[in-house]
Amino acid sequence: MADEALFLLLHSEMVAGLYRAAEQGEGENGRCTTKLESMGFRVGQGLIERFTKDTARFKDELDIMKFICKDFWTTVFKKQIDNLRTNHQGIYVLQDNKFRLLTQMSSGKQYLEHAPKYLAFTCGLIRGGLSNLGIKSIVTAEVSSMPACKFQVMIQKM
Amino acid sequence: MSRSPGRKQENHKISRELFVLTYGALVAQLCKDYEKDEDVNACLDRMGYSIGIRLIDDFLARSAVKKCRSYSETADMIAQVAFKMYLGVTPSVNCSSATGNEFSLILDKNPLVEFVEELPEERASLCYCNLLCGVIRGALEMVHLAAEVSFLQDRLKGDAVTEIGITFLRKPEDRKHRR
Repeated sequence: MADEALFLLLHSEMVAGLYRAAEQGEGENGRCTTKLESMGFRVGQGLIERFTKDTARFKDELDIMKFICKDFWTTVFKKQIDNLRTNHQGIYVLQDNKFRLLTQMSSGKQYLEHAPKYLAFTCGLIRGGLSNLGIKSIVTAEVSSMPACKFQVMIQKM
Repeated sequence: MSRSPGRKQENHKISRELFVLTYGALVAQLCKDYEKDEDVNACLDRMGYSIGIRLIDDFLARSAVKKCRSYSETADMIAQVAFKMYLGVTPSVNCSSATGNEFSLILDKNPLVEFVEELPEERASLCYCNLLCGVIRGALEMVHLAAEVSFLQDRLKGDAVTEIGITFLRKPEDRKHRR
């Protein structure tokens, strides 16, 4: 859909713009990832609020993770998460075999070192969404071969 | 959860909200990074320009429109097709000069500011939607139409409507023809 093009372009411009500004400044690469992640966090919080306005209460943690994998991912990225694994002790791995933000970049190992920049925002998105559903977590991502990637969610017991 | 037929429309709306929320987070981050409003405005314009030069390809591919024969057709195309396609609103077009190269788009509903109530006091001269100006400018440049685009009125700053002014700059060849 047309809106997706706008969001994809805005996202890649955000990543490029932030890193360009960092290069001209003091070269703090780590801060860019933090900034992107915190932007994603804020957006995730807002988005999940709008989204779950009329839905039923969630039964448990696994129910929430399934919601993220199906409905949330479908609305944001137009497809579901392909694989969800868990150790039932608070660690979930979400695997997306054709991640929307990476499909335009490459399919394989080319540009692999640049991939993490484009995942930071989405990590924040997941973390923000979970946070407003009452779950504190740490979300990281890894890519071994584009455009497939895995998001690892570690639930923090409060 | 039961799926009602209204769900698809809601999801479509939420997709758009993703863009609006992301844009808001971006502006907030830029405000943290830069102290002066002019710097934030310039940064937004630059980013918009980079987005515009790519968005035009997507627009032309999706809409398959024919070549515009005049500036006023171009302005109408931007308002009625492009804005409708990407933001879901149709601004009205006004031609504000006798020479026929100055137009303004009047938006009575600006989706980008859906969640913005007002600008903070210390950011009074921030052009919140400056990205749009850059996008239009970049897109027009890729179809060989140089233009200056800026906000003439902004509802966030207290004006009645939001108005974007597009001034098509005459190419040097046109001046030669006049002689």
